[in-house]
Amino acid sequence: MKEKTLSDKEIRWRSLTSFAVFIICGCVAYFTWKGLRNQEKEAGAPKTLRKSFLANEVIFGGLFNETKLVKTYPVTEAVKQVRVNGSYGLNDPSFKPDTWKLKLVKAAGDTLFVSLDDIKKLPKTDVVFDFKCIEGWSQKTWWGGVTFKDFVKHYGLQNEAEKTYAGLVTPDKGYYVGIDMPSMIQPQTILCYEMNGRPLPLNQGYPLRLIIPVKYGIKHLKRIGTMFFSDSRPPDYWPERGYDYYSGH
Amino acid sequence: MKKVVSKHPLAVRWFHWVNFPVLAVMIWSGLLIYWANDVYAIKYGGKDFIKFFPKGFYEALHIPFRLAEGMAYHFFFMWLFFINGLLYVLYTIFSGEWRYLLPQKKSWREAWLVVLHDLRIRKVKPPQTKYNAAQRIAYTSIIVMGLGSVITGLAIYQPVTFSFFTTICGGYEAAHLEHFILTIGYCLFFLVHLAQVIFAGWRNFQSMITGFEIIKPTAETTDSSPSAETNTSRS
Repeated sequence: MKEKTLSDKEIRWRSLTSFAVFIICGCVAYFTWKGLRNQEKEAGAPKTLRKSFLANEVIFGGLFNETKLVKTYPVTEAVKQVRVNGSYGLNDPSFKPDTWKLKLVKAAGDTLFVSLDDIKKLPKTDVVFDFKCIEGWSQKTWWGGVTFKDFVKHYGLQNEAEKTYAGLVTPDKGYYVGIDMPSMIQPQTILCYEMNGRPLPLNQGYPLRLIIPVKYGIKHLKRIGTMFFSDSRPPDYWPERGYDYYSGH
Repeated sequence: MKKVVSKHPLAVRWFHWVNFPVLAVMIWSGLLIYWANDVYAIKYGGKDFIKFFPKGFYEALHIPFRLAEGMAYHFFFMWLFFINGLLYVLYTIFSGEWRYLLPQKKSWREAWLVVLHDLRIRKVKPPQTKYNAAQRIAYTSIIVMGLGSVITGLAIYQPVTFSFFTTICGGYEAAHLEHFILTIGYCLFFLVHLAQVIFAGWRNFQSMITGFEIIKPTAETTDSSPSAETNTSRS
């Protein structure tokens, strides 16, 4: 390392300047931090951080490959005790599962009502994958239903599948999600009516729930009531409360 | 007139001081996230020996029920951490600073002698350039750990898009554990680093702000006056 001789005056000057810059930068950092902590919120998160979620969505969503499959496992590795988490949208005591029909709102505004029997007639796809909760835990779980892709094909929803988002809402409007179309048409996204080879339990979303392996658990809406399609972001329960809208991985 | 040695280039000082608050925010926001599924503990005989973390710890730091907030901060500051770290690594390579930093063949044995000297067991201080052998190992390891946090972090954040990372980490749950262990590592590193900086004294500490250190005009080698092994001309 380079050695040199400096006058006391020069040492004092250099030290003072360095410390002054250090302290000033420290203050700038402190006040920027405070500014961020007190910033106006947008959907539960400080505006800058909400913008950061959107920027990350552009970056990581841009890397999303809808033909890439998530890791799957043999049925024997699926857990028997599937964790139940969250009951928003399942609390309506007047809900009648036996007379339930999926309300499909098409692009032109006309509505189609689809029964569980109708859905069960469509090609069935099973998927055993790592269900990942946003809280941090994961479980290998086994689900069965019709892929959204097959559903689109059967009901001629090509116009709908060209929209930017699909929106899903529980019958009581207590829980709702918005999904970008590339994730929706990923081959493992299913309208699910079976868990562990048997009909979905009520607390897991009977008669029909969304299982979408390329998204975190918050997007796997239980008890689908209405499905619609839109070019603007459908309302989404947890992103309204500070979470990332995209929640994809 | 005093003799001074140019110890820390401006770039090194910037990267060092930027990293400090950024990493602190990453660890704090990481704690807000971890709380939501705080499964780790060191167990002994089937019981929790050390629980990560006790309820009182969370409450004292106002951690509970802030998962969304934690993620919002984590996924913004991760960019600052990554870019600052990347620029530091690139600088270290292209400036030649890596010669002071990377462990040498003899560093592994010498580091042990440094530890003995630091504990006042051994009187003789091993010769060194800017950093002693233990520092070379520590300051290089911390870069490897930083890279580890980025890889395990991406394996958790984007396990499908970055499935390659998730696989090399040993799976989604393994990536979580490794990410956590690295973070505990940073905390332990910080405690040792803080202690060593205090023991090294003011003249050494201020060199990380001013860039230079005044050489005490005595023949005795104190722990803050370096002996140059090579003559490199740099500003």
